[in-house]
Amino acid sequence: MTDQLKKILLGEQGLVVIFIVAFALVSLLVPNFLTDRNMLGLLQSVVTVGIVACTMMFCLAARDFDLSVGSIVAFAGMVAVMASNATGSILLGLLAAIACGAFVGFINGVVIAKFRINALITTLATMQIVRGFALIASDGRAVGINSPDFYQLALSKLLGIPTPIWVLAVLFCIFGFVLNRTVFGKNTLAIGGNPEASRLAGVNVDWTRIWIFALQGVVCGIAGILLASRITSGQPNAAVGLELSVISACVLGGVSLAGGRATMSGVIVGVLIMGIAENAMNLLNIPAFYQYIVRGVILLLAVLLDNLRSSALGRR
Amino acid sequence: MPPPVWHHAEGSTPVSFLDFSHITKTYPGVKALSDVSFGVDKGAVHGLMGENGAGKSTLIKILSGDQHADEGEISIDGKVQAYSSTRDAFDNGVIVIHQELQLVPELTVAENLSLGRFPASAGIIARARMLDDVGAKLKSAGIDIDISRKVKTLSIGERQMVEIAKAIMLDARVIALDEPTSSLSSRESEILFALIDRLRGEGKVIIYVSHRLDEVFRLCDSLTVLRDGKLAAHHASLKDVTRDQVVAEMVGREISDIWGFRPRPSGNVRLKVDAVSGAKLKTPAGFEARAGEIVGFFGLIGAGRSELMRLVFGADPRSGGSISVDGKVVRATDPHDAIRAGIVLCSEDRKHDGIIQGRSIEENINISSRRHHTRFGVLNRASEIATADTFIKKLKVRTPSRKQDIINLSGGNQQKVILGRWLSEQGVRVLIVDEPTRGIDVGAKAEIYDLLYQLAEVGMAIVVVSSELPEVMGICDRILVMCGGRINAELSRDQFAEKAILAAALPDQKTPDAIAS
Repeated sequence: MTDQLKKILLGEQGLVVIFIVAFALVSLLVPNFLTDRNMLGLLQSVVTVGIVACTMMFCLAARDFDLSVGSIVAFAGMVAVMASNATGSILLGLLAAIACGAFVGFINGVVIAKFRINALITTLATMQIVRGFALIASDGRAVGINSPDFYQLALSKLLGIPTPIWVLAVLFCIFGFVLNRTVFGKNTLAIGGNPEASRLAGVNVDWTRIWIFALQGVVCGIAGILLASRITSGQPNAAVGLELSVISACVLGGVSLAGGRATMSGVIVGVLIMGIAENAMNLLNIPAFYQYIVRGVILLLAVLLDNLRSSALGRR
Repeated sequence: MPPPVWHHAEGSTPVSFLDFSHITKTYPGVKALSDVSFGVDKGAVHGLMGENGAGKSTLIKILSGDQHADEGEISIDGKVQAYSSTRDAFDNGVIVIHQELQLVPELTVAENLSLGRFPASAGIIARARMLDDVGAKLKSAGIDIDISRKVKTLSIGERQMVEIAKAIMLDARVIALDEPTSSLSSRESEILFALIDRLRGEGKVIIYVSHRLDEVFRLCDSLTVLRDGKLAAHHASLKDVTRDQVVAEMVGREISDIWGFRPRPSGNVRLKVDAVSGAKLKTPAGFEARAGEIVGFFGLIGAGRSELMRLVFGADPRSGGSISVDGKVVRATDPHDAIRAGIVLCSEDRKHDGIIQGRSIEENINISSRRHHTRFGVLNRASEIATADTFIKKLKVRTPSRKQDIINLSGGNQQKVILGRWLSEQGVRVLIVDEPTRGIDVGAKAEIYDLLYQLAEVGMAIVVVSSELPEVMGICDRILVMCGGRINAELSRDQFAEKAILAAALPDQKTPDAIAS
């Protein structure tokens, strides 16, 4: 009996099982949790983290790291609002935001892959540079949105579900497919497994890494636009600390920081566990200060579980 | 010293100093060891042989406390060992020296040897006492290394000495050496053998894991052969044992001629390398290989053979010279250019440059060739599965499934997977294999040679880099000998002679006899 339990928990789908059990427990024990309204609220609260986690998963799987995502999200949000206001066209604003995100990501990638600077250091630098740009562009103040249509990005609904949740779902599907069914995804995992062997096997390691960071930038642009729309302004101080939540969610979802191991289903579960914990604590009126502690503990437990799983699989 | 007589009839009490009793270990899908029992006496060097995957590494891991036996026990000096970690094994005087050495490169020899037991007062290391202690121990063991040097400045051979010194510092009772000579030069090996002799004299138990029959017959008092996780043979003395007998015990059948050389006609020049040079190969070097020809590159470690091949494959940047395949110039600045031109390379360092650990056999095979059957970057799963299954079968990769993580395979099977990676490429014209059989057992070796002949027969040009003279002489049509970054000699098969090849491989000051052993 205990052996069987161990097998399930430490197996390939152990995290999913734990998630389902946790979800059931929270549904039973926390009043008002399992309501349509709360469920939608929960999903909306994880949109930003979830979207960015899609590409952070690739980054970590290739043994890289990106600390600049929070800054890019804020910066892209600013750009979207300011460009829309200036040109009067929302579409141009959105394109400008995504282009800016892609550009920053591309620069990250080139510096890391071509100039061989450690990813942690590079993105620590761009994190501050980009935040600086966002603050300079707005003089440190929030920038209001002129066109009410911009709000509709976050407010509009399709089949009763808000657009941002649809965007999140679509991105989950796209990046799940990219990871498992494309050369790009498999090369990413191979690079994380052994970069030198991948290079000698003919994988274009440098350009794969640059693409990963550029995609990360694009996705941060999308997240930035949706965030700006939801908070109805471009905030230069938005999404501070986002990088840590995103990386936590990925690690919680079984992505190995040593590279070479990642699944989309794991990351989705990781994102949802973080969201549910926060949501449940809010419903139970647990003060925000305690929530930090709980989140930290959840992360540690997840990593411990992952460690147990690795040794159960006979790998170090 | 007369070899001790040893009996281990079923059910009798163990009489040996180190005793393995009914060891069984199962991994998911594989029975790594089943009911293995044997004993080793004090002051004996005991050989442990077997093909890759026979269970040697697992047995050593159990001895070192890294893994636990599912059944059975190990006893030392009549006392059953129930340790749960390598640290426990350490404290019980059991030390395993792995192929990958466990030293801290930035610390000095003395610091490495004192790690965990620094002589200190109030947390401050008593340097003078540390140097005295370590120096005295090493001197008494006859190890001659400057203990104030940093480990990163030592050669591999010297590092191995430091590892053994670590065992001596800890007063180990049982020392297991896993393939200790695989990266040592002949001279370094000699020093190692002298040290092992000394340890035997001091009454230590030495377990010597090796593929090399020469070494085992020279060093060992007794020998255990494992095959497919079972005890295939136990020789309490090697007096009346022949090498052929041991090989047969290892593979479970007689192998008469391991090389099995098959002559074949050669065609036009396939690969032409003209005066290439790079950062690690200053003197420009050039050679040709014809379709259907197997060209060998022999030389000592550091002769520049691997460096030359890496330039040809575009793995390192080339500073001069040109490469052409079938008369067409190849602008190889990166491996993927070379692969597109039909040149592929299996590197000598399988672990670092070959396998992608953490990923399945299937992915390791398909990593390069999958671009041929993708559409807009989307994989064709069916054809990937088919490719993997084809090569697993064709190359006889021993695995329960194509989904198995490559790290769980033995060295020989990993090598086959990497060969499969290149053979699944369409249009390979030049196959370069660097030390294709290093760390690989006899049975798998013969299979790999056979594969090379088959590939040459269909018109590939094959370049074999090897440090094993019998191997290059056994399988090649032509041998090029490198020394100090230069191609020193070229011999066709009718000119092959051990002395001439060795003479060309050695720097001027040495004589061939110094290494011929």
